[in-house]
Amino acid sequence: MQFQRAHHHTWRKIKSALASGIAFVSALLVIAPLGLVFFYLLVNGAGSVNWDFFTKLPAPVGAVGGGMANAIVGTLELLAFAGVIGIPVGVLGGVYLAEYGSARINSILRFLADVLNGIPSITWGVVVYGLVVLRFKGFSAYAGGLALGLIMIPLILRTTEEVVLLVPNGYREAALALGVSRWKTIVHIVMKTASKGIITGILLALARVGGETAPLLFTAFGNRFWNHSLSEPIAALPLQIFTYAISPYDDWHRQAWAGALVLVTGVFCVNVTVRILTRGRTASVV
Amino acid sequence: METTERSVMERGEQRPAQPPEAEAPMASTFEVKNVSIWYGEKRAIDNVTMNIATNAVTAIIGPSGCGKSTFLRALNRMHELVPKTRMEGTVLLHREDLYSSSVDPSIVRRRVGMVFQKSNPFPTMTIGENVIVGLRLNGVRNQKFLNERLEKSLRMAALWDEVKDDLHKPGTSLSGGQQQRLCIARALAVEPEVILMDEPCSALDPIATAKIEELIYELKAKYTIVTVTHNMQQAGRISDYTAFFYLGRLIEFGPTTKIFTNPSERQTEDYITGRFG
Repeated sequence: MQFQRAHHHTWRKIKSALASGIAFVSALLVIAPLGLVFFYLLVNGAGSVNWDFFTKLPAPVGAVGGGMANAIVGTLELLAFAGVIGIPVGVLGGVYLAEYGSARINSILRFLADVLNGIPSITWGVVVYGLVVLRFKGFSAYAGGLALGLIMIPLILRTTEEVVLLVPNGYREAALALGVSRWKTIVHIVMKTASKGIITGILLALARVGGETAPLLFTAFGNRFWNHSLSEPIAALPLQIFTYAISPYDDWHRQAWAGALVLVTGVFCVNVTVRILTRGRTASVV
Repeated sequence: METTERSVMERGEQRPAQPPEAEAPMASTFEVKNVSIWYGEKRAIDNVTMNIATNAVTAIIGPSGCGKSTFLRALNRMHELVPKTRMEGTVLLHREDLYSSSVDPSIVRRRVGMVFQKSNPFPTMTIGENVIVGLRLNGVRNQKFLNERLEKSLRMAALWDEVKDDLHKPGTSLSGGQQQRLCIARALAVEPEVILMDEPCSALDPIATAKIEELIYELKAKYTIVTVTHNMQQAGRISDYTAFFYLGRLIEFGPTTKIFTNPSERQTEDYITGRFG
């Protein structure tokens, strides 16, 4: 009896240790890729991240040196244009889902937004290629920005809806009971209360599309020089990395590593900003 | 233990309730006639008719789910925010039909203010901004006027002395009782004629409750006040008239002294003496 109980005890202890061990290893495996990516980028790219990288145009084939200034600026321009399309539509659509509309229509819209979120990003590139590039007979910054903006819409829409729904109903009632109209209540009370969450959603969407390559392949196309007009092809960091990484030149490979390091650092910084933003005071945490 | 309980009881009874002895012919702010309200298929208010006296406190009592809050919200059309609401009957505010098709609910709510059970100062705003937000969002821009109204409203809500140096601090930094008085100041700032209170003290401790009750007593000189309460002693202390609701019906309505000492209806007596509800 005594012996048996002790035996069971040991066996249970082993099972418990086994389970927590497997869980721990799984947790490590989750973080490991991030560590590996950063380690690889630092080892291979840190050496090529220098002043020239941020200020110079790509060097001609065969020449050593040069940088990715045009791609960095190009990515920022594309993000600005994508934001102009994706932010207003996404935010207002999210507010509509949370504040207006009937439950049935909203559940359909929500489902469609989730489907959009699941569409492979290269599909957006193809769609914009068909709609814009073919019609206007040329790759352009507009087309690239549009493709990224369209990807942003469902992302921002869903996060906005979620944080607006988190605003307690008491605030809406309090404003309406003061004789404030519905839309002013939504803009000045509800959206203001949810502003941190809305901004977080926008930043995360920008970080996400900032690293997209596929939708730019046949929209923005890439450019080895400065872009002088939004209706011309434009360079972007992910595109430049792609081009350089598949090239046969060692110097370009090093530059690709450097570009990837800069891009990942940028995305990382956005995520840290979001963490800091959402930490804040508890009262307006939404 | 027993002595403290008794002394609290005695103090409660000694509180002056200011009851009008008979049903004096007072002016009515609201005339409610044959009002019924449905949420979908469910009837929440069943054919209620009553007049609400001007510059007096009317308390609405009754067990949970009896329609107290719905009735209160029908007085400033807040119940319409619930989808699929239907209403019959008329509500007159100083002889004007609140539900006539030409009336904008926002205007009704400016004239009939409301304080809620849970204090809800806007978390993104300072104490000062909270008070004048109703005016600002209704288009008032004159800073001098806003400042005057800010001080006046806070004084009327008996909060000025406590917060006058902290007007720039967040409204949510105040204590529960102060937050509720801030909400009262916010409601007063748009200069309503009536203040509706939906269990304004149910989330407060006894000291904060006493302050709000005192405030209600002072405010009735200028405003008509309708308050919903779960607390029978509170209804006895603060109100001039009491309406007892049960299952959506108005069972009994009259001067508070009469309702509490000599109710005409058996159900009222049972509820007040704690036999049900």
